[in-house]
Amino acid sequence: MTARVGVVTFPGSLDDRDACRAVRRAGGEPVELWHDDASLRGVDAVILPGGFSYGDYLRCGAIARFAPVMGEIIPAAARGLPVLGICNGFQILCEAHLLPGALTRNAARRFINRDVRIRIENAASPWTSGYQAGQELTVVLKSGEGAYMADPATLAQLEANGQILARYSGVNPNGSVAGIAGVVSAAGNVAGLMPHPEHAIDTLTGPTADGLGFFSSVLLPVARA
Amino acid sequence: MTSQDVTAGPGAPAAAPVPQDTVRAAAATPGRQQPFGALGLTADEYARIRAILGRRPTDAELAIYSVMWSEHCSYKSSRKYLRQFADKAPATDVLLAGIGQNAGVVDIGQGYAVTFKIESHNHPSYVEPYQGAATGVGGIVRDILAMGARPIAVMDSLRFGPADAPDTHRVLPGVVAGISFYGNCLGLPNIGGELGFDPCYLGNPLVNALCVGVLRHRDLKLAAATGPGNKVILFGSRTGPDGIGGASVLASASFGGAGEGAKRPSVQVGDPFMEKLLVECCLEVYQAGLVVGIQDLGAAGVACATTELSAGGGTGMRVRLDEVPLRDASLGPAEILMSESQERMMAIVTPANVGAFLATCAKWDVQATVIGEVTDTGRLEMTWRGDCVVQIPPGSAADDGPVYDRPVRRPGSLDAVTADDPARLPRPAHGEVLADLLLLVGSPDGGDKTWVTEQYDRYVRGDTVLATPHDAGLLRIDDATGLGVALATDGNGRYCYLDPYAGTQLALAEAYRNVAVTGARPLAVTNCLNFGSPEDPAVMWQFTEAVRGLADGCLQLGVPVTGGNVSFYNQTGSVPIRPTPVVGVLGVHDDVRRRVPSGFSAPGATIVLLGETRPEFGGSLWAWLRHAHLGGLPPVADLEAERSLADVLVAAATQRLVVAGHDLSDGGLALALAESCLTGGTGCTVELPGDPATFLFAESAARAVVAVRAGADVAFERLCAAHGVPATVLGRTGGVALQVAGCFAVSLAELAQAHRSALPALFG
Repeated sequence: MTARVGVVTFPGSLDDRDACRAVRRAGGEPVELWHDDASLRGVDAVILPGGFSYGDYLRCGAIARFAPVMGEIIPAAARGLPVLGICNGFQILCEAHLLPGALTRNAARRFINRDVRIRIENAASPWTSGYQAGQELTVVLKSGEGAYMADPATLAQLEANGQILARYSGVNPNGSVAGIAGVVSAAGNVAGLMPHPEHAIDTLTGPTADGLGFFSSVLLPVARA
Repeated sequence: MTSQDVTAGPGAPAAAPVPQDTVRAAAATPGRQQPFGALGLTADEYARIRAILGRRPTDAELAIYSVMWSEHCSYKSSRKYLRQFADKAPATDVLLAGIGQNAGVVDIGQGYAVTFKIESHNHPSYVEPYQGAATGVGGIVRDILAMGARPIAVMDSLRFGPADAPDTHRVLPGVVAGISFYGNCLGLPNIGGELGFDPCYLGNPLVNALCVGVLRHRDLKLAAATGPGNKVILFGSRTGPDGIGGASVLASASFGGAGEGAKRPSVQVGDPFMEKLLVECCLEVYQAGLVVGIQDLGAAGVACATTELSAGGGTGMRVRLDEVPLRDASLGPAEILMSESQERMMAIVTPANVGAFLATCAKWDVQATVIGEVTDTGRLEMTWRGDCVVQIPPGSAADDGPVYDRPVRRPGSLDAVTADDPARLPRPAHGEVLADLLLLVGSPDGGDKTWVTEQYDRYVRGDTVLATPHDAGLLRIDDATGLGVALATDGNGRYCYLDPYAGTQLALAEAYRNVAVTGARPLAVTNCLNFGSPEDPAVMWQFTEAVRGLADGCLQLGVPVTGGNVSFYNQTGSVPIRPTPVVGVLGVHDDVRRRVPSGFSAPGATIVLLGETRPEFGGSLWAWLRHAHLGGLPPVADLEAERSLADVLVAAATQRLVVAGHDLSDGGLALALAESCLTGGTGCTVELPGDPATFLFAESAARAVVAVRAGADVAFERLCAAHGVPATVLGRTGGVALQVAGCFAVSLAELAQAHRSALPALFG
């Protein structure tokens, strides 16, 4: 059977269409979810896409976190539903306390759109199981508030638990602490990633096809079921 | 806090009501003095308004005429000449909507149409760089949206003063951040444009924004209020006091002098989040068939939308200005009419569909209000607090504005400039050309533009196939067939200063060539004509020559002008900018999988120079940067050669004969080779067939450099011969250096250092 992957559209979501395309390209069935509907429509996994939900007013992700659909996602995540937040989606997951830490303004104080290399640190999550630990990918970074921050205690815990999903390889593009590009929850099913794997699914429109693995990884358990 | 600062809900009375001027009062007090001069109207224009109405205008009517008859909205100095774009239009069946609509619409096949347009936001961007540039993007996006299209990408054409001038450091970062903020937040990829520097733009930067949208033929919308009884709905942001008089005061007068301080509050503030909601909301109401007519609110706001919609429909309209949702309850009718608050649209909707329309707006959290009805009276009537404050024939404001035949005189001083032949300039010998190459490559004009373009999202929507630094932006339109469109903008103030007719044709030719290099067939043209004051006969001469050059050039190349924008009064005091028409060309790519990038990405390809190289240095980047020289004549604009070259480039892409291609323009072959090596990360070795300075730095037009696929040399040579395009084999790709036999070898690392540090060294 084909895995159904929900992609949430908030007012101001921008990369929802790209996330749907990536799911389809990986062999899954994208299901559009609307911020105002308190329903997950029985999906097998959820993606919170990039963009500027609610215009990034107050703080990035701070308003989206209270959307009715989040009222469904938060308990479902606690039950183990795979959730991936990309860029603004990562910010929303941090605001919702599904992930630790916060995303802050880039060190250079400018928006950055750049092809970046990242290294997969944790290949056990449902979103990275198709990769090898240590594998390097080229994906797309495009954000103004992409610098990951966490207090030293949290950081030590993330390192100790293997919750660092990916790090920037080489130059740290935005001043993220410990070069962190993405993290996972303690249970491992909720992941946040600042760069965009959905913009690296083929070499026609992206730098590589390296990002496709995030979308095919999450399909594996369903395909096996 | 004064009474003027009170903010309350819509309809709340202002604390200190001023008696409103009404149609009845206007008839009763014909002799009342009115401030038409402060609103930018001449005494003759004011007299004409009185003649049209048979009485003095009310304050609200005066506001409407002042903005609608401003240079910015009425094209009163340019209209006489712009007719050439229609009169000389090449025979074409691709145009679904042309000049006069919000934007031209072009058939690209497979049931798709695209609409594109470029517009200036020069003056607001000088006054307030961040918001000025941001709202420039917002405005052009709404123009595209109003045609029924989904906006799919933006580009921007930017020109500033010298890169090391203090004021450039105020203006440039703000402009780039404003474009970045608005475009990124709106989810539109920024796929290219231009960045140039010249002292003539120091007090008057050029910020021209282009947007392209896609629609199905059946979705085309027009700005016409038809069907008496239909409702007029204003939706989007509330109306506030921002930008009042922007069109008449800012865009239609020069900077400098005592008035500048008073103009500062006239720049609008943008909210891209609201615009994103407006885009999705509009597309949903279009899809559901709920819209009879639609117009965006840009310059001149409600005044423009109501007059143009009713004039376009040949109908009348009754509007209750009290219904307009306000951000500031103290606004009166004249201010409501003139406000340029952003992110607003006006729709004409049948009474039966009003409920569904408002429900869709509510879904997207977009405020929508019925403010009036379409009538069959042929009059635009507006009421305020129950009194009639506007009663005019809408066409008199929208279409029948004054048309001027301004004095035109070729400046005599130009003779001395064109006689100053750059042939006298010392040219570098074999051993000296590298220094000049590095000068060009490391200059702000020739340097890498990543500092700017890295602030723009080029990936969103997932259909960007090529973007900066490639010759044109290329977008996929259809996933299954690979149908796509390519877009490029070009302009060259130096060429146009020396010869505005040829210079404008060279801008057209360059954009046309840039589109063709990627493998796309050029199809249609838009333009943004940036000039000084039309009241200066020398500027008017430049303008008339530029328009004539563009119209003749488009006819010869077979690409129609679909629309455009004129920006006058680009000057500081009495000194105009160099004439800078910016030309945008749109092309169709049959299959974007066969796109031709500009970089050399693999060794072993044969490098071929296409076209003829002549010692043409007039207006060249080399003469400007090396010798601070601007004189002589620009390169010859040979449009037949451009057409043949484009035919070769498109056929070569279709037949997969080339792996890279790059047009030759500013900086000549030198800059083109350096860029192709750096973009693709592969070096090359070439041998020049003549004087190295001429071959490297001359800017002869109708040229491109290509890398021919291994094994395709013979087929490519035959293709060039069949089209009569001169093809000179220069060498091969490979290695980690740019080598010119007998002259120099420079490592790509050294080249990259010069190229990539040019802007960061200046802007951090």
